[in-house]
Amino acid sequence: MKTFNYLRATDVDVALQRIAVEPGARFLGGGTNLVDLMREGIEAPETLIDITRLPLDGIEELPDGGLRIGALVRNSDLAAHPVVRGRYPFLSQAILLGATGQIRNMATVGGNLLQRTRCLYFYDEASACNKREPGAGCAAREGFNRGNAVLGTSDACVATHPSDMAVALAAIDAVVEVRSSRGTRHIPLTEFHLLPGTTPHLESQLESDELITAVELPPLPVAAHSYYRKVRDRASYAFALVSVAAALDFGADGRIADVRLALGGVATKPWRARTAEQLLLGAAASEDSFATAAAAELAAAVPLPGNAFKIDLACRTVVAVLRRLTTERSGS
Amino acid sequence: MTTHAKTPVDPAPSVPVGGAVGRPVDRRDGHAKVTGAARFSAEHHYPDLTYATMVHATIARGTITAIDTAAAVAVPGVVAVLTHLNAPRIRPVRKGNIVRDLGPSVSGTEVNYLNTDQVFWDGQPIAVVVAQTSVAANEAAPLVTVTYREQQARVDFAAEQHNATPAKGDLTFAGTKKKGDAEAALATAQVSVDLRYTTPGLQHNTIEPHATIAVWSGDHLTVHDTTQSTDASHKYLAWRFGVPAAQVRVRAEFVGGAFGGKFAVWPGTVIAAMAAKAVGRPVRLALSRKAVSRAAGGRTASTNRIALGATRDGRLTALIQDSITHVGSVGGLLEATSSPARHLYGAKNMLTRQNLVEMDLLPNTWLRAPGEAIGSFVLESAMDELAYELAMDPIDLRMRNEPATDPTSGKKFSQRMLREAFEAGAERFGWADRNPSPRSMRDGEWLVGMGAATAYHPVLRLVADVKVRLSNDGTALVQCGFHEMGMAAATVQAQIAADALGIAYEKVRVEYGDSDLPPGPMAGNSNQTATVATSVLAACAELTRKVTALARKTGTTGQEPAATLRAAHTPFLEASVGSTSRLGSLRSQGRFLATFLKDQRWSKAARGAQFCEVRVNADTGELRISRWLGMFDVGHIINPKTAASQLRGSIVMGIGMAMSEQTLVDPRNGRTMSAGLDSYYLPVHADIPPIDVAWLNEPDKSMPLGIIGLGEVGMTGVAAAIANAVYHATGRRIRDLPISLDKTL
Amino acid sequence: MRLNCTVNGEARQADDVWAGESLLYVLRERLGLPGSKNACEQGECGSCTVYMDGTPVCACLVAAGQAEGRDVVTVEGIADGPVQQAFLAAGAVQCGFCTPGLVVAVHDLLARDSAPTDPEIREALAGNLCRCTGYEKILDAVRLAVQR
Repeated sequence: MKTFNYLRATDVDVALQRIAVEPGARFLGGGTNLVDLMREGIEAPETLIDITRLPLDGIEELPDGGLRIGALVRNSDLAAHPVVRGRYPFLSQAILLGATGQIRNMATVGGNLLQRTRCLYFYDEASACNKREPGAGCAAREGFNRGNAVLGTSDACVATHPSDMAVALAAIDAVVEVRSSRGTRHIPLTEFHLLPGTTPHLESQLESDELITAVELPPLPVAAHSYYRKVRDRASYAFALVSVAAALDFGADGRIADVRLALGGVATKPWRARTAEQLLLGAAASEDSFATAAAAELAAAVPLPGNAFKIDLACRTVVAVLRRLTTERSGS
Repeated sequence: MTTHAKTPVDPAPSVPVGGAVGRPVDRRDGHAKVTGAARFSAEHHYPDLTYATMVHATIARGTITAIDTAAAVAVPGVVAVLTHLNAPRIRPVRKGNIVRDLGPSVSGTEVNYLNTDQVFWDGQPIAVVVAQTSVAANEAAPLVTVTYREQQARVDFAAEQHNATPAKGDLTFAGTKKKGDAEAALATAQVSVDLRYTTPGLQHNTIEPHATIAVWSGDHLTVHDTTQSTDASHKYLAWRFGVPAAQVRVRAEFVGGAFGGKFAVWPGTVIAAMAAKAVGRPVRLALSRKAVSRAAGGRTASTNRIALGATRDGRLTALIQDSITHVGSVGGLLEATSSPARHLYGAKNMLTRQNLVEMDLLPNTWLRAPGEAIGSFVLESAMDELAYELAMDPIDLRMRNEPATDPTSGKKFSQRMLREAFEAGAERFGWADRNPSPRSMRDGEWLVGMGAATAYHPVLRLVADVKVRLSNDGTALVQCGFHEMGMAAATVQAQIAADALGIAYEKVRVEYGDSDLPPGPMAGNSNQTATVATSVLAACAELTRKVTALARKTGTTGQEPAATLRAAHTPFLEASVGSTSRLGSLRSQGRFLATFLKDQRWSKAARGAQFCEVRVNADTGELRISRWLGMFDVGHIINPKTAASQLRGSIVMGIGMAMSEQTLVDPRNGRTMSAGLDSYYLPVHADIPPIDVAWLNEPDKSMPLGIIGLGEVGMTGVAAAIANAVYHATGRRIRDLPISLDKTL
Repeated sequence: MRLNCTVNGEARQADDVWAGESLLYVLRERLGLPGSKNACEQGECGSCTVYMDGTPVCACLVAAGQAEGRDVVTVEGIADGPVQQAFLAAGAVQCGFCTPGLVVAVHDLLARDSAPTDPEIREALAGNLCRCTGYEKILDAVRLAVQR
């Protein structure tokens, strides 16, 4: 690990002023990803500003029925929060499936959004990676790419966004609040992460002087009937090959009245499946309509030799999750 | 006769004199381990200790043309950076004869580390940074820049297989074995299968990474090392550093798992001792997880053709196995994948052949059940396929081919209770409830299947020197440089010695894990318990004779041994097996040869029947193991508690091999991409079902106390049982490990 | 920098700590507490599990500065009680390298849930890898500790 300066922030404004004048600095939240990346030499900030003592760790119910989650809320606390469990169960499930207890106890909400890909070649200093070193090339494209993306990829990068939590947040239409000494802005979660295009090293809309301060969840009745399914290479504690966050509700006619669908493990960012949602809205809840919608969403997928199976797997998992939600609804 | 081994949880049972053997006593080092008091190799303190981090090559084959250490040297706290340009010269690896001296064979590779500009694999250590703190060493190591002249490297196993040549084999395992004309028999067989199975490379990933502390005091070297072969490695280090073996001490009281991965002396140990010599201070070299993957070998990948021919009623007429595995260009192990095929079933015509391809990769090494882990997957999957071709129960097919004598050598079995294991296992598991048709059992979204396979691991016995001292305070001390990597070796030998001496178990102290003790065997091939027991029993018998004679003299016959010693005013009596004098060493070799030849009169092995139930998700292909039974024929069990743990742990390693483990070597450049626990998937708690293990507990009468080693047999047959169950659940044959969900979709 | 924290109930201080050191490094190398093990340094194996302010974390991923003023409890600081005894009696210990982290994790699990189900135990301990025991005995140890 390279030498760096360490500062402990106790005030948000002071932290923002500091980073405004020191673009090489990074904020340190739970550290569960950043400390590892620094140890591996993938990240080498000149200054670390430890923000874990800032007062951004509250969870607040909003008057409209939504929820405001401080950026430093620990993943464990968010997953266990009764409102999250009751109104957004798939968010709680996604977090619990996202990491082990020890990691969830340290990892923060803001940090989770900013965690970096686990592409094998991104993590290996001796391999070519455009994300790590723009212009270096991509060793994953013709290498081991079982864990890599089929949606939202580019010639430059096929790295998967690793978060589970963010997939559920994408389905919820969460909004990310960010602050800098220049002011505060709100970015929809679905727009927060960037597609790699020709600049895979740019991963989000967050500017170098900005700090995530909160994530806001809008009220979303359909989310009470939701489920997060994660498919992976062992029974727990592994990154998703495919994950599906879905919420489903029916009208009096038995047709789908509201639906939210997002995918993880298959895309370069938390993937909101809007094409599938549009096809499902108003459709009958049947295996056929589920399969048609899933296939339409994956139509744009670009497979690599090592991950082509994900297209079929994603379709099958979407169908299985929607089937499960349908069965639950008709049972209740 | 079947012993149920389900978790004896009585708190520390009191052990009656003479009743220690066979009792589930708690392991002796347990308390130190649960309280964090146990000190592992990297945890010994020395004043003036320095810390080392290795720099690894990033090409597979070539020459170092320049190496710039200036930036690394400039890091505050760095004491030295050693490369091939300035490291102390040491002697090259000596070629040797495995029977006479294990020393040379424990070299993980033939490379003279930091004494050559040649690179033989991606990951080879080519420099080492020594610093005042490990933090400084870790910061400096990546700053060493290296320029190479690269050569074409052979790193793609699939592409290199056509270069494979027949392996010679050695004293214990021939490269090729033939009986009759197997190809002709196959061609005319009434029913046959001819199949290809592949397995990936595997890594040990012991939870404790390799680590060494090396301390020179003049020409004396002390090494705390993560090793399962203290005796061989102290001789090896003595040779490399040109000092008498008596001046090198290798200590390893606690080893955090080994599984064969800590048998060979890998670069870290040599480089730590070299660095300590160079800086004149003690050096600790604790490898990171990544460094272990780059500098300590794992299991080879394999490609296997297996063909079985049979009569309509299921009698094998032909058995052919042709395996290709790899070794490195600078060392490696012939993985004896044909071992099960040679000894399990009575086929009339047999041909088993090992082929090797040399590659520019980190040499492969022993990994739990080397040979049998792969071989049992191949053979036992093929037997299941043949059973379906014959429309026969797969266990029936195996029982129809139970041989009267060893099918290859024709020797008598010292013990063989495979039939009994399958019978008892099938009943206990509920095999009869299985509907044999594939895809016939379902539980909601889960397809359910049941599979079975034979477990097999041969017996090996080496020699141990042992000293036993009986004192007049009633205590006994057993000294032997054997190893404790988790098996409860000291506990078991204390049980054996207590009963042999007729004293209380608690009165026996055992010293081990130190090359200054009477040399023990390396801990591998499941040999250690029986090997050490042979000598412990001999030494205790001699002591007992001495005590009996003394009792007669002092008129204390019938009293406890300590009373006799007190009556004779003798503080202690000692008996030894072996000595480290020149003559003693020769005698040890003689004893080894005698034991080896004696054991060669029989075909000896641990065996068992593995049963499992799996679930495969109909939507996603996810595989879950829901139930396991291993019913073993492993001789007489000395400690049911620790034996059950060994067998269970071994089964879980087999589950990992079947489901998720694989070394990812990039075929473009030979770089290991599964260098962390985030990319090499060990099984986790949630992957593991309730595992029922049981044994027949029939002693092998040709072995001391009827002991058959059992550390490895549990892993064999596991992958096949799972693959067979997956076929039963889904109708799909997976012949390429691991059984990842994309293959069952 | 100077690091102050409470470790196993005692106020401890370490001088000249570099911010890049992990809490695990501080515990093992500066405070003489090698019970927490260094096995992957990636948060993958759980061998370094310690309590920080009452919740178990991977000490290898905690930057030294983050531990300032915190209350840390390592395996050495957990009273030798039912959990450890259950590990011994059930035979849940083999090589012992994963054991300290597991003792802390199980201690925490039972503090939160006095009667966990088997799937709950398996999931709760998913972040603690063991290569020797086959896990089953560790489950037995948890069940046994619950009984006691």
